[in-house]
Amino acid sequence: MVHQYLEDVVTLEMDAKKCVGCGRCIDVCPHRVLTVMDGKANIVNKNRCIECGACALNCPVGALSVDAGVGCASAIVKSWFTGGEPSCDCGGGDCC
Amino acid sequence: MSDSCRSGQSSCCCSGNSCSVDSSCCCAQTEPWVTGSVDTPAGSVPIISTTLTRTDMFGAWKVRWGIGRMNYTIDSGLYAVGEPKADSPVLVSANYKLTFDTLRKELSGLDCWLLILDTKGVNVWCAAGKGTFGTDELVRQIEKTGLGAIVSHKRLILPQLGASGIDGTQVSRRTGFAVAFGPVRAGDIKQYLSSGNNASEEMRTVNFTAWDRLKLTPIEIVTAARQAVPAFAALFLLNLFAARPFELNTFIIYLGSALMGTFATPLLLPYIPVKMFAFKGGILGLLWGFAASAFFGFYSRAALLALFGYILISMSISAWYAMNFTGSSTYTSPSGVMKEMKIALPFISGAAAVGGVLLVLFHIFGL
Repeated sequence: MVHQYLEDVVTLEMDAKKCVGCGRCIDVCPHRVLTVMDGKANIVNKNRCIECGACALNCPVGALSVDAGVGCASAIVKSWFTGGEPSCDCGGGDCC
Repeated sequence: MSDSCRSGQSSCCCSGNSCSVDSSCCCAQTEPWVTGSVDTPAGSVPIISTTLTRTDMFGAWKVRWGIGRMNYTIDSGLYAVGEPKADSPVLVSANYKLTFDTLRKELSGLDCWLLILDTKGVNVWCAAGKGTFGTDELVRQIEKTGLGAIVSHKRLILPQLGASGIDGTQVSRRTGFAVAFGPVRAGDIKQYLSSGNNASEEMRTVNFTAWDRLKLTPIEIVTAARQAVPAFAALFLLNLFAARPFELNTFIIYLGSALMGTFATPLLLPYIPVKMFAFKGGILGLLWGFAASAFFGFYSRAALLALFGYILISMSISAWYAMNFTGSSTYTSPSGVMKEMKIALPFISGAAAVGGVLLVLFHIFGL
């Protein structure tokens, strides 16, 4: 059973002019959002992106950008009260 | 077993309470899963067992229920698996004992090095998101353990899910070690190594199976139970003034709706035909509210306030806990969760407020 979350919300962007087609983003993506076609990375599954930021962090030429963070409601609620960025700090089991 | 401290380990960094018991700095050497040590140019490195004992499994069960979760760590640093040589591969992982156990039980028969980062007892993915499984910490551990003097190659294998915290390009620039991101799951490591460090599409994809989801429900239930204590304390006080005191049925309805959000929704997640977690939970809470109200005989003109009150409260409790499960899921983006919250929170708080007022009218004022 394939899980699907909300559509058209993800902030992942790609600048094809900068891309050198090294394929590192494809290695690190946990949801197979990207693929290499004609020597360039392509966003083919944007709605599956969870904005973890792995591709952008590991892109050697800065071709990918994403507003990365944790998709966790309690982290977001906590950040409203404490200020600052939502972070995986629940202390419970595997929080994310 | 070597008596000397592990090289590069300057201070005591024992996990949990073992510091007070063992004053030496060689705690890792005394851990039950350490079976010996191997001498290297950078000092003695503990060899670890790849078999889990009953204690390890009981420990895993306990942390799933939130018992001793914050102390479930091991020392960071370098470990040996089997009989590693200078050309053996180096795997990198986190110092959460549950992560460490999951990894080492998959390494039987292999000869490799294991570099454990100090993630403060948090799993790889979570720690990568927080930045503790990060570039700086990896560089620090490479230098601290003297890894460059122990292995003859310049390659590290990291779990793929560490990639949101570790910039492989930076690591190689700062240490000379090249970073390869291996498979998502520890169970695929042997196949990854034997296929010349190739990970298939399947090995690179994160799943969220029913079993994955089930394992995460105990901690959700424990959290909900803790949060219920003040609520029940408040009801107990309200009962002093109540025309129709709260009884066991209130407790059961509350319990059921919390279980709908913390247990049933996670388990049935992909089968509930809406996308937002809160609405998935809301639907199950609504069903539970109807069923429980029928069972407790609220379908009468006299109990109309209770009927609607309990249904609304059930919906909002279940929706709230279901929404919190976004944090445990593997497929929600922060932008998506933010959108969900903006839409769902007004419904959740509205239903809770209206339901609460109805129940106060019914129970306290006897309407």
